[in-house]
Amino acid sequence: MNPRELARAAPGAAFTLTFDGGPVTALPGQTVAAALWAAGVTSWRSTRGTGRPRGVFCGIGVCFDCLVTVNDRPNQRACLVPVRPGDVIRTQEGTGRDDD
Amino acid sequence: MTERPHLAVVGAGPAGLAAALAAAARGVRVTLLDAAEQAGGQFYRRPAAALGARRPQALHHQWRVWERLRDGLDRQLSTGHVRHLPDHHVWCVDRTDRRDRTDGTDHPVDTGVNRGGAPGGVFAVHALRGPLQEEGVTVRADAVLLATGGYERVLPFPGWTLPGVVTAGGAQAMLKGGLVLPGRTVVVAGTGPLLLPVACGLAAAGARVAALVESAGPKALPRHARALAAQPGKLAEGALYAGKLLRHGVRPLTRHTVVEAHGTDRLTAVTVAALDRDGGLVPGSARRIPCDALAVGHGMLPHTDLAETLGCALSGTDVRVDDEQRTDVPGVWAAGEATGIGGAALALAEGHIAGRPVAARLHGTLPDPRRWAGAARARGRLREFSAALDALYAPPAGWADRITDGTVVCRCEEVTAGQVRTSVDVLGAGDPRTVKLLTRAGMGWCQGRMCGPAVAGLSGCPATPGRRPFARPVPLGVLARLPEDEPG
Repeated sequence: MNPRELARAAPGAAFTLTFDGGPVTALPGQTVAAALWAAGVTSWRSTRGTGRPRGVFCGIGVCFDCLVTVNDRPNQRACLVPVRPGDVIRTQEGTGRDDD
Repeated sequence: MTERPHLAVVGAGPAGLAAALAAAARGVRVTLLDAAEQAGGQFYRRPAAALGARRPQALHHQWRVWERLRDGLDRQLSTGHVRHLPDHHVWCVDRTDRRDRTDGTDHPVDTGVNRGGAPGGVFAVHALRGPLQEEGVTVRADAVLLATGGYERVLPFPGWTLPGVVTAGGAQAMLKGGLVLPGRTVVVAGTGPLLLPVACGLAAAGARVAALVESAGPKALPRHARALAAQPGKLAEGALYAGKLLRHGVRPLTRHTVVEAHGTDRLTAVTVAALDRDGGLVPGSARRIPCDALAVGHGMLPHTDLAETLGCALSGTDVRVDDEQRTDVPGVWAAGEATGIGGAALALAEGHIAGRPVAARLHGTLPDPRRWAGAARARGRLREFSAALDALYAPPAGWADRITDGTVVCRCEEVTAGQVRTSVDVLGAGDPRTVKLLTRAGMGWCQGRMCGPAVAGLSGCPATPGRRPFARPVPLGVLARLPEDEPG
């Protein structure tokens, strides 16, 4: 059993996005966090102070631990932002503004 | 009457939906604002439509209740009496009638629900629209009902910032909404009634639940027997979960706690230990459980930011309401977890009640409490029940002492327990606000929502309200463009 079988999900066609340059398959309707979890990825941010890895913590938009860079926009909450085909997701290092 | 009076309901969970339907049925025009794409709140969070779940009820209980709410909402949407604004993240509610500006005099408007105090209503509900939350929208209304819900409290322990450690409610939300699991082998830990459905849901969805670790002990049960026995349905629900867990081969460890989460870049194991009568660890009882996810929670806290900004009085951490579910600010009602954590059934009862006096008062008549006497009795019993649960599921007395100095307490600003202790013991901080000024604990993105209880516990102070001016981050451009009205 897996969650999709349990809910008898018949999702729309899967599509590809990239995470740190590599391809990740995602389903329509998933958030960035759900797509990354489904791909076995649990961290996509490093903290500003000590560079420690972080991912989802609260899962409902309260804690801001899951911040990530989506299509060059840093500080997006992965648990809230839905994925779209071709999205470019990058691990957010620190404030995510090192490229500016 | 030329036009229906207008109520803005913030939050489309059980409380907000029940209130919106009750008010709409009594001649009120309702705008229901909610951050999610679909109504239902956290309790009835469902997979996104595009995931095509044909059996979403497999992840829920009390599905019939949801169907009734959904059908009621559909009916009111089709009549146009309720307008649902999904993906609207409310960051502030503003009262524009503090002084009667229309006649140039300086006296306060007394009721706040007298229509005509300000054009388009006396309240301005400011929201950010869309998943990127960059577009500002303002809804004006004659009265406001806050059904803002709650979020999970997690008390820190060494290793709790490792990826793979998630809140119990977060694991459930990601499962219900995204049909994904945090890992293959999960430990569910902490305290509170939420742990049972979370463990059951994860197990049913294919995770191996290696342990369910509950710090409360069954010996405390008899002290609360009367209030608990008054809710046989709730007890049956608990028994149902316990049975399901047994079938999945999960044996709950009561009077146990997670001592440490292990791993370098992600979780690989947790150490759990038994608790003695005083909340201390039983020597020699520690054992290590390999796992790749830990779902942990220690109860819930209400979302009170919007109420606080409006000036509503709190009682402890809860928005204070009267029998009508009125706050002490005229024209502002509150229902559900925001008024005190009590679960979906209590939220429904409170919302159901609130919608009636809102409608009466907006129509300029006095509400008649006899009309909701049954719901009021249910509300009373459910409040008693949740007070008993609160006492039963209090975090173990020694939790703050077990946090090592090196443990990060404020996840956003990476402030350690040692820094918090130094601010109290050496620098003389006597309250969470001074700790914050000395350490930055609570100054980060989440504005102290996650670390507040831990900072209070470590500094030996009661938790204080957050006093956050905005309920979520607001782009400066949105502030600069205010006001930008959405057609009511």
